[in-house]
Amino acid sequence: MDKHFTARRRRDLIIAAVLAGLAALAPLFVKDVYVQNILILTLMYAALSQSWNILSGYCGQISLGHALYFGIGAYTTELLFTKFGVLPWFGMLAGGAIAALIAMALGYPFFRLRGHYFVIATIVIAEIGLLLFQNWEWAGAAMGITIPVRGDSWLKFQFLRSKLPYFYFALALCSLAWFVTWWLEDSKWGFWWRAVKDNPEAAESLGVVVFNSKMGAAAVSAFLVAVGGAFYAQFLAYIDPESVMGFQFSLLMALPAVLGGIGTLWGPVLGAAILIPMTELTRSYIGGSGRGVDLIVYGALIVAISLALPQGLVSLFSRTKAKGATR
Amino acid sequence: MGLLYGLIAVGLALIFGLMDVVNFAHGEFLMIAMYVSFFLFTFFAIDPLLSAPLVAAALFVLGAVVYLLVVRFAMRAKANAGMVQIFSTFGLAIVMRGLAQFFFTPDYRSIPHSWAGGKTISVAGIFLPEPQLIGALVAIAAFAGLYFFIHRTDFGRALEATREDPGAVALVGIDKNRVFALGWGLGAALVGLAGAIMAVFFYIYPDVGASFALIAYVTVALGGFGSVFGAFAGGIVVGLVEATTALVLPPSLKSVGIYAVYLLVVFIRPRGLFGQM
Repeated sequence: MDKHFTARRRRDLIIAAVLAGLAALAPLFVKDVYVQNILILTLMYAALSQSWNILSGYCGQISLGHALYFGIGAYTTELLFTKFGVLPWFGMLAGGAIAALIAMALGYPFFRLRGHYFVIATIVIAEIGLLLFQNWEWAGAAMGITIPVRGDSWLKFQFLRSKLPYFYFALALCSLAWFVTWWLEDSKWGFWWRAVKDNPEAAESLGVVVFNSKMGAAAVSAFLVAVGGAFYAQFLAYIDPESVMGFQFSLLMALPAVLGGIGTLWGPVLGAAILIPMTELTRSYIGGSGRGVDLIVYGALIVAISLALPQGLVSLFSRTKAKGATR
Repeated sequence: MGLLYGLIAVGLALIFGLMDVVNFAHGEFLMIAMYVSFFLFTFFAIDPLLSAPLVAAALFVLGAVVYLLVVRFAMRAKANAGMVQIFSTFGLAIVMRGLAQFFFTPDYRSIPHSWAGGKTISVAGIFLPEPQLIGALVAIAAFAGLYFFIHRTDFGRALEATREDPGAVALVGIDKNRVFALGWGLGAALVGLAGAIMAVFFYIYPDVGASFALIAYVTVALGGFGSVFGAFAGGIVVGLVEATTALVLPPSLKSVGIYAVYLLVVFIRPRGLFGQM
């Protein structure tokens, strides 16, 4: 098993490198701005979902409140940028750090909760954050913040002429989230998380520090999601509480992983690659009428996939792989 | 208002208590109930307070159908069972919202002149809006009815028994699926009642359920999952907290009080007020 596992990990890394390389070449062929936009969003959601998956998939603490960290990343970056002129790069790191700290502070009370109590607590805390930002005058309240144009450069992290730099950043973020997951999967933490997810009592008795390992997962997860939020804010050049902290983000982060396979390395990427283009296309082709057909199709697909493939789309591949591997 | 929250939450608690499934489409059940009530009023001029039983009956059917078409399968999942339940009911909520937008358009609607709408009644010097008062009375009657139903009828006993041990129940010839479907129907019917009453004093639009759903989850969790009485009590607490918060904070922040109280309660008692520890 050990040899198998090492071989599989090496193969995963090679596949990821090849995929990232191919993705990096994509802009050579894709000149259409609309399609580029979809690619950027797909990469961003893959990164977010991968980060969400660390806490919820590997560690089993299902959070439907990650929009809070996303919003914190976006707001920290933009408040520092517009009020104090701090470059978004620093804002991004500050946002990530603040989100990680908040995640850990929330972890103290939250990680005592089990099952639905935990899920509802995460929804509730994100909702409180949303309401507070909507009423916070200094931060633009419900009107939000329009990000002023300060130039077109990597230094300012603002690009006016082309979307490509955003694309490469999203690709880098996605690769980073994937790599962190890959690296953690085989670390002490990764094993702890899976133990905590499967059976917290048994894990505790075997000497796994359940609480600390949940804290670690929460911090890493929140940090990466906040960086994603900072990116999104710069990308859209406009933020308001509903559009960066709304419940839909918590859901959109979770869905790719659920669709692709929770607690798996490839699940979030696969899920995002299918779900996000589908969302965007249904929205622009059948959603234009404003009559909710896109919602019907989208919702029905979620129901169908979660019922038919409870382990996600990844299970389709591992099934065939398992067949090939048997002697 | 608290009693109405309680009524919405009791339906959710009933379903949860029965089979450990949280219905994330609960808010959408409420939304549908409000629309049914609206159309009964518009086309047949039936006052919402009189159509409440019809709405409850319609929602009963909806709940049972949802169980048979979706939830039954979600419960069979062996891997990631919790996730499958969350996302299948969530997906369902999105479908229902989409359908409402498709058929009813996203316009805000309201029932302009119902029999009790807009009237107030004076009790010992305190003015109470009449629809809310009637709502509270209906809610109390529904709780009493539910209590009687669970404890005094054969079906109620079957419900309790299935909850305790689905396997043993099958041995004595009770069809688990039928009991669960009826349980879902009953849970939805309670939401139907609440929806019919609320249709009198709330705007009706496809997303209306979302704003009440979170409060319903909080209410149930506050009372303790699995406890129908807890949901009722949770509803009253939530109503009181909301009213108190409205006095000190701006109206846009009134839900913050509810959420804060929820967090406070579960930190002290991680299983809610009346949940089994």
